[in-house]
Amino acid sequence: MSDYLNPMVRAIPPSGIRRFFDMANASKDKDVITLGVGEPDFVTPWHVRDAAVYGLERGRTSYTANAGMIELREAITEYLYTRFQLEYDPEHEVIVTIGGSEAIDLALRALVGPGDEVLIPEPTYLPYSPLSMLNGGVAVPVETKPEHQFKLQAEDLMAKLTPRSKVLILCYPSNPTGGIMSYEDWLPIAKIVEEHDLIVISDEIYAELTYEGRHVSFASLPNMKERTIVVSGFSKAFAMTGWRMGYVCGHPDLISAMLKIHQYTVMCAPIMGQIAALEALRNGIEEMEKMVESYNRRRRLVVEGFRQIGLPCHEPQGAFYAFPDIRGTGLTSEEFAQRLLREAKVAVVPGHVFGLGGEGFIRCSYATSVNQLLEAIERIGSFIQKI
Amino acid sequence: MDQFHTNILELLREDSRRSPAVIATMLGAEEEAVKQAIKDLEDDHVIVKYSAVVNWDKVDENKVTALIEVQITPERGRGFDAIAERIYLYPEVKSVYLMSGGYDLLVEVEGKSLMEVAAFVSNKLSPIESVLSTKTHFILKKYKQDGVIFEDHEDDHRLMISP
Repeated sequence: MSDYLNPMVRAIPPSGIRRFFDMANASKDKDVITLGVGEPDFVTPWHVRDAAVYGLERGRTSYTANAGMIELREAITEYLYTRFQLEYDPEHEVIVTIGGSEAIDLALRALVGPGDEVLIPEPTYLPYSPLSMLNGGVAVPVETKPEHQFKLQAEDLMAKLTPRSKVLILCYPSNPTGGIMSYEDWLPIAKIVEEHDLIVISDEIYAELTYEGRHVSFASLPNMKERTIVVSGFSKAFAMTGWRMGYVCGHPDLISAMLKIHQYTVMCAPIMGQIAALEALRNGIEEMEKMVESYNRRRRLVVEGFRQIGLPCHEPQGAFYAFPDIRGTGLTSEEFAQRLLREAKVAVVPGHVFGLGGEGFIRCSYATSVNQLLEAIERIGSFIQKI
Repeated sequence: MDQFHTNILELLREDSRRSPAVIATMLGAEEEAVKQAIKDLEDDHVIVKYSAVVNWDKVDENKVTALIEVQITPERGRGFDAIAERIYLYPEVKSVYLMSGGYDLLVEVEGKSLMEVAAFVSNKLSPIESVLSTKTHFILKKYKQDGVIFEDHEDDHRLMISP
């Protein structure tokens, strides 16, 4: 049957994470500590869940506007302005999507055509490259390095530019490295973007999870709003992964193109999710900040823990992942993760799945209880001793 | 009380077994500073005890708890304090609160059996001169205590690995 498949789908390599994912998730061992999950260990705050339940009780089960309920779009723009100094028109510059994932897909489908090159700083979140390829685009990885705290360097970006370069995908705070970009770090990148006429897709799903100072949105830089599509959502900061609520903001022409795709594919995001998202924005900021502080405390614990057991670890400044360096063990990241799961019952994600520059590292989510984190670090420490 | 001390209290309230070293790392502080702050909090009786929240239903031991509403006549000059002290000195009394509303003191009493608690109320509490009335409520089941839900539905339902 595979002959029938779209050649572009056939060309996409299977996810590097899949084999390890299957192996780990098949394990029913209750004693396994997992640092492999990219989602909060908090349940969605009760008032948010309750708002959705109440909405259902009142019979709010209809379609909404394609771009999402206008009051939610207004709340999103107000939130973006208050938190990150981004100004968008809720009528024409915002679409509520099914998670940040749909938003990324919409942006890439609207922008990328056959032969277009998409620059992707790596290691990074998995889907950017395959989604670019689905449109006939060419994914061009740009390596980021631990000695630069995994910040994107202007010279590394420049080295990968060609006349076909069209889109740059940014994911800061970074999954999996926890790296962030400051205003000063962004300036040379913005210069390149302008000079080489690039369009930026900025995935800012971890924006609230920035621990030292505030997140700087790429779109907030001078002249960059026009060139940037901001993607974000509720999954991480508001502990709402399963609701699949996201949004995309950008220039009205780009948003209008994305809305065409959105209306033909999903029509609109589910109304109960939209009601919950509205409640999260209106009344959930304080609770969200408490969760972020809790991640921050665990972040310090995990980084210090890795360093104490002899794994070098740069200090992640955002998201909820530590990305320790396991090169000193002599194992590949895949071997390390597999053996760690089997021999020490700790699940982590091998770094190579996140692309260029990820080999030699493991991703460890610290969105897990303090006691579990301490136990996991102890087990990893013993495991390293035995290698 | 500054934010540093409040943060330490929060972390110890979540888990009183946390060591000063772990707390120091979590707060990005020096271990010595945390040790000193904990000592100050103990000396000032801000931290009054370190204890475990136990789900006694899972332990094969007879234990009943009652909450008793007590109406009293306050004493001239000492208000409710003297009578409260008289009550809280009994070892079977686990806690005493002065309340607003329809009664004055809420007294938590623990005993091995219903009869033992009833005997305490009738022989010790009710005869106290200033006690006007008591209303005893036995706790049938504890669902949540000190922020901890006792039922086993706090499992982590997340996948083991996710992108």
